[in-house]
Amino acid sequence: MSGNVFFRMEKINKFYPMGEEQAHILKDVDLEIREGEYLSVLGPSGSGKSTLMNIIGCLDTATTGRYTLQGQEMEDLNEVELAAIRSREIGFIFQNSQLLPRLTAQKNVELPLIYAGVPPKERKRRAREMLVKVGLQDRMGHFPNQLSGGQQQRVAIARALVGNPSILLADEPTGALDQKTGRQVMALFRELNDEGRTIIMITHDMNIAANARRVVHIIDGVLTEGGDGTDA
Amino acid sequence: MLKKIRGTMVMIKECFAMSLRNILSNRVRSFLTVLGILIGVTAVIALITTVSGFSGTLSSSFLSMGAGTLTVSVTGSDLKSGLTAGDLNALAEELDAVEGVTPTVNFRTRVARGGSYKTNITVSGKNAYYFYRNADTVGRGRKLNIVDENNMSPVCLISQTMVDEFFFGVDPVGNTIHISGIPFLVVGVLGDSSSESLVQLLSGNADILIPYTTALKMNSANVVTSFTVYLKDGVDSEKASDQLEEKLDALFSYEEDCYTVTTMSSIEDTMNSMLSMVSTLLAGIASIALVVGGIGIMNMMLTTVTERTVEIGLKKALGAIPWQIQIQFLIESFLLSMIGGLLGVLLGLALSFGLCQVMGMTFHLSTGAIALGVGFSAAVGIIFGWAPARKASKLNPIDALRSV
Repeated sequence: MSGNVFFRMEKINKFYPMGEEQAHILKDVDLEIREGEYLSVLGPSGSGKSTLMNIIGCLDTATTGRYTLQGQEMEDLNEVELAAIRSREIGFIFQNSQLLPRLTAQKNVELPLIYAGVPPKERKRRAREMLVKVGLQDRMGHFPNQLSGGQQQRVAIARALVGNPSILLADEPTGALDQKTGRQVMALFRELNDEGRTIIMITHDMNIAANARRVVHIIDGVLTEGGDGTDA
Repeated sequence: MLKKIRGTMVMIKECFAMSLRNILSNRVRSFLTVLGILIGVTAVIALITTVSGFSGTLSSSFLSMGAGTLTVSVTGSDLKSGLTAGDLNALAEELDAVEGVTPTVNFRTRVARGGSYKTNITVSGKNAYYFYRNADTVGRGRKLNIVDENNMSPVCLISQTMVDEFFFGVDPVGNTIHISGIPFLVVGVLGDSSSESLVQLLSGNADILIPYTTALKMNSANVVTSFTVYLKDGVDSEKASDQLEEKLDALFSYEEDCYTVTTMSSIEDTMNSMLSMVSTLLAGIASIALVVGGIGIMNMMLTTVTERTVEIGLKKALGAIPWQIQIQFLIESFLLSMIGGLLGVLLGLALSFGLCQVMGMTFHLSTGAIALGVGFSAAVGIIFGWAPARKASKLNPIDALRSV
């Protein structure tokens, strides 16, 4: 794992107004990710891991500190510029897959490309390719409620990958799945990482975190390096 | 740049498809939402089309009767309160644009026969020339002629209404009827001159026609204050009007404001402008329904935005910029409103078609009204969809996704 530095966080602090006080969610977080890494952020609920994911995913910005993604400073970007970076660099996978119920699997996968302005023909081709890649070639015309939880999550993974992002950002990707399908998803992640895809996975489950090649712990907003995932 | 525009077009097309799916997936709610717009557009279209049909019918009937005549109404001066029979003859003979003159001496009185009577009947005095020009007014019997006129004969023509009123099962011609207590011989019955019915309706239909000289005598008058001038074929009514005014000025010793000359086209103009005013007013009232419909759409869109918070957050996470979210919701409210508007146009046209059939008027497909209906609903959709769409575009993706 000696790719270029993909992003670097230095002394990131995040405060949220909570009533009269300021909640200190992230405390001096330093984190560096290289291309091709497979990292999991392990922490209990309320530890600040979701906030960390939002900042990594450019959905939110830090209160203080420096976040550099692909050499670009995030602090002074506006909403439109952040959206462009999300569209180009980041593929999100959420806990409940978050597919749009009225669109078919293929249309769901096409969604990020629609916003990126990709022409229909290319869009359809790429969406089909991705669905084949996650093993859903015979489910393309199905609606989300016709798919099992595992299949839904795989559609979500295809959707995250279709824009060919630099990094895959997964928030509790197996949270809503049973053990078996969870393992299948993890196998798929490992496969993607073997192909050179950078993956960051956020979870509270130590067993799931162990699938990653590198694990960091976050407790009460403090990030500590946990060493190699295989040792954890 | 070109690629960017093309990308935007593609996105907008997708937005239309997605919006249509959203609208159709909730048919009952969507229908109830567009009902306000539907009713508003229906009302506006029906009103405008019906009024334009009415004014079209009016114009054509004016055209059929009014061409080539001038109507003069005399208020008179201190020295001369009206025109005498001699003055009228002079007008007819001396002005080369004039073919003939028909005085009108109207009064309302009591009419009786045998034991029955009726009050407030309009009796109109006409001359022989009137019957020469309007031969079809006489349905049965004879016209009033120059002898009746010169002798101030107590003879009359009566309308079908009067026949029904006083002559049940009796032939009226040759019988006597009492007008203001004076016995009149009925010499004829007026026919239904259908082409003029609407105009006669508007100008007050006379039920009894008598010689105008007789009418003057009954009114103890010797001057005429209202008459119609028939122009020769192909004479410009404006020119003839000038000629007539010159002559009348001389008769009234050049005093001001003794008379008014009205051409049929000027009456028609006044009529049309009145009608268009009425239709504008009615359409204005009906457009209140459009505003109410717009509020309905706004309400529905605000609810939709709240319901789809997660979807919005997700789309933002997938790289949608605020503008793209806004256009999507704007398209949805635009589509909703347009569906209501188009249904309203169809319903409104059907309604006014039915109305025109019932009222015996010609149905005019007014493209202006259709454009107005469609344009109005498009505008309502965009104006009232703006705030909800803006709200959606401003949603913070983190908050949106957290509400899972």
